[in-house]
Amino acid sequence: MNEINGFRPPVPGSQPSNDSPAYLTTRQRHPLRPLLAFPHTVTETTGPQFSPAHFPPMTDLSVVDGKAAQGERIIVRGRVTDEDDRPVAHTMIEVWQANAAGRYRHPQDTHDAPLDPHFRGDGRVFTDADGWYQYTSIKPGAYPWRNHNNAWRPNHIHYSLFGAGFATRLITQMYFPGDPLLAFDPIFHAVPDEAARNRLVSRFDLDVTQPERALGYRFDIVLRGRTATPMGI
Amino acid sequence: MSIATAFQTIGPYWHLIEDPAMADLTRFGAEGEVITLIGTLTENGGVPLPGSCVEIWQSSPPASEVFPGYGRANTDEQGNFRLVTLKPGPVPGRGNTQQAPHIAINILGRGIVTRLYTRAYFEGEPLNATDPLLAMLDDPARRATLIAKAAGPNTWRLDICTQGDNETVFIDI
Repeated sequence: MNEINGFRPPVPGSQPSNDSPAYLTTRQRHPLRPLLAFPHTVTETTGPQFSPAHFPPMTDLSVVDGKAAQGERIIVRGRVTDEDDRPVAHTMIEVWQANAAGRYRHPQDTHDAPLDPHFRGDGRVFTDADGWYQYTSIKPGAYPWRNHNNAWRPNHIHYSLFGAGFATRLITQMYFPGDPLLAFDPIFHAVPDEAARNRLVSRFDLDVTQPERALGYRFDIVLRGRTATPMGI
Repeated sequence: MSIATAFQTIGPYWHLIEDPAMADLTRFGAEGEVITLIGTLTENGGVPLPGSCVEIWQSSPPASEVFPGYGRANTDEQGNFRLVTLKPGPVPGRGNTQQAPHIAINILGRGIVTRLYTRAYFEGEPLNATDPLLAMLDDPARRATLIAKAAGPNTWRLDICTQGDNETVFIDI
């Protein structure tokens, strides 16, 4: 008998639907047929583990070749836990973002804003034994994205996390408090529940802020927890 | 108790974290039956989806220092992807069941709000006949969307369509 302890289904409203028509390019891309319901197996309950030896940390995005990037230096610090508030230790977090002017160092980004030779926009950090992570960067700028008339993405940093199993995979975005563009952003508003949406907004944190150096933001992340009881068949 | 953080799309600029080497799961020296998994990613109407992320995970063979079990590839202008890995073997299912050899696949990209989760099985595997997931799919055409076909020596093709007539079976993960 293989007793499999799977991961809990999402709390209703806490996750966006792939069918989010205000985000126009979803319309031809979201599956029209219902997803196949299939209980988790070892394929979903296990997942990749990344070694810093193969994936070296890159925790300071604000400096390239010893020279400082343009913009407002920030420190982002937070804790990764599961839904049972247990720390997710030694897990890899990948981040990527636009520069201070709102431009990605990417051939597809044609926004008329300057590139910064001292900003690449990609980072990688591992959580410690208690789930804490921290990196230094530059506050990303807003940029236009043509989804609708006068559409601008709010300032955001992209996140990629894996956690314990393929089922805990998370791709998300961290936003900044007080951003007026959040009210108009279809990607942010694809999350139906207001509280769940607002948990994507980091908060300014004076304790993370370093004097004479950088503003601090706190952004905690919660990955799915396991079901309470192992369910064999 | 807390509630899991919400997904947001990976967007069009995930290549900032892309390392093309990650499309080859044998790059750390893993040995075994090396296979290439190729395919074309499309949206409704057969329109290619370029610049998307096709990521895979397999629990067989077991991950090790030389075999990460995980890889990802960018789709090119025609929506094509290509990954090199080791052929998986059978893995346990729930209860006393066995699952046919398969690779887990996430599709991520601009216009995909969360992730689209599916699996690649391999044509001709005897265990396909009794695989618990494939057994849930009565319609042969639907079932065929999960079965990679031989496309040359050690090469398997699985085309993936996110929406429409040839829509891939996506799994609620």
